[in-house]
Amino acid sequence: MAKTQEQDPKIAIQIRNMNFFYGKFQGLKDINLDVMEHKVTAFIGPSGCGKSTLLRALNRMYSLYPGQRAEGEINFYGQNILEPKQDLNLLRARIGMVFQKPTPFPMSIYDNIAFGVRLYENLAKGEMDERVQWALTKTALWNEAKDKLNQSGLALSGGQQQRLCIARSVAVKPSVILLDEPTSALDPISTAKIEELVSELKSEYTVAIVTHNMQQAARVSDFTAYMYLGEMIEYGKTDQIFIKPQKQATEDYITGRFG
Amino acid sequence: MNQNLYRRRLLTNRIGIALSMMAMVLGLFVLLWILFVLFKNGFQALDWNMFFKSTPAPGSEGGGLANAIVGSLMMVGFATLVSTPIGILAGIYLAEFGDTSKTAEITRFMTDIMLSAPSIVLGLFVYAILVAQVKHFSGWAGTLALALIAIPVVLRTTENMLRLVPGSLREAAFALGAPRWKVTTMVTLRAAKSGVVTGVLLALARISGETAPLLFTALNNQFFTLDMGGPMANLPVVIFQFAMSPYDNWVRLAWGGALLITLTVLVLNILARVFFREKVSA
Repeated sequence: MAKTQEQDPKIAIQIRNMNFFYGKFQGLKDINLDVMEHKVTAFIGPSGCGKSTLLRALNRMYSLYPGQRAEGEINFYGQNILEPKQDLNLLRARIGMVFQKPTPFPMSIYDNIAFGVRLYENLAKGEMDERVQWALTKTALWNEAKDKLNQSGLALSGGQQQRLCIARSVAVKPSVILLDEPTSALDPISTAKIEELVSELKSEYTVAIVTHNMQQAARVSDFTAYMYLGEMIEYGKTDQIFIKPQKQATEDYITGRFG
Repeated sequence: MNQNLYRRRLLTNRIGIALSMMAMVLGLFVLLWILFVLFKNGFQALDWNMFFKSTPAPGSEGGGLANAIVGSLMMVGFATLVSTPIGILAGIYLAEFGDTSKTAEITRFMTDIMLSAPSIVLGLFVYAILVAQVKHFSGWAGTLALALIAIPVVLRTTENMLRLVPGSLREAAFALGAPRWKVTTMVTLRAAKSGVVTGVLLALARISGETAPLLFTALNNQFFTLDMGGPMANLPVVIFQFAMSPYDNWVRLAWGGALLITLTVLVLNILARVFFREKVSA
């Protein structure tokens, strides 16, 4: 059954004719997009174009807020997650999310990671220790954090906190990780570390990242979607979008003539 | 640069600072005066007998405040035990679950009324529904009246502190697939913990000095008792009765009691500040 690398990658999330509303305001218009399995997909575009809205639709984060709703289809391995019967907690356990600002929970570094794991798995102490170490190693935080696992997550630096948040998402072993401008609050060195991390994560996870930074999209992603005013202007392989975009609007944005 | 304009601003600035300093000195002066009189009279009354002997009968020598101290501790303690869970749970409801629903709006409105209601009205209410029905004063009635004062304080502080927790923290917990009750108890409440504790301490400080609600409910008791079912001595009412009495030792004890309450409230306030500072530095 194993597919070779040369074959087309599988589709993890298929978005079809998706419209999104903030009350009466339409935030997204007729979005169609395939997020490929084990690839990094970047959403770029100027502020307010709907890229974060799109990302927050993928794990139904918007459902926390009455008045926000999505229409159309978002098929996650064939199942439409926009249907009312979708269990949101289970969905979010399978589609993790990391936010713009680091959000460590007010508990120890160890518990920050164990919190999510305990929600859906019943691990013995030793197994949990291993899981915590595994997640921290994966996010290149183990060496810095191994001696202070019992200290508050707030004691870490901003860049470390963000890696802790990624470790927390990784630890529950989701199939997709959504990153909402994960480096916009960080210094260049921390940013570089996170970008490196994103490239490594895709061997095991499907990644979707929203970024303001076009170079970042070019560096880390395999596919790029350019959005403007709630519409998907162009979507394709990152190389193609950056070297030879099909649409004038995309080219204008990428070359910095606009945005 | 306009030199005149600059000089005028400098002058306005100096006048402004002078006025605010004067206001500060006036406020501080009155406060220090109160504390000075209290400490001068209070410390004269302070001795071991105060903690071990009960309030003296009219005309008898010596005596202490043991019955009133124990009564106050018991009633304030039980009132805190009752009001803390109710206040915190209701605060959680308002901030995390009810939000803008009709029930939440009504609860919030009622809480505001309760917060600003004169404590004597709450005392009278408990008198009417409890004391007048069972036909005797009791420590439980006093506890109930104090709890009614403390609940809205704890409730409102809890709600406000939970609202200070950034939404991004809640979202981060939801994003891991945590159900709402887990997000609230494990993450939001934990983040607001020191603020909530501060609210409880402030409510405790508030009710330890309340007199009016106890006048109609616990009344007073000349003798030492641990029976919450009957009238119970307590510091505020003892101070109220003794301070206006013709007996010197009674007046002395009233000062001692006043000092005791003030020190308790002072300690509670300092504790509340320490807890809150921890939150800010964290």
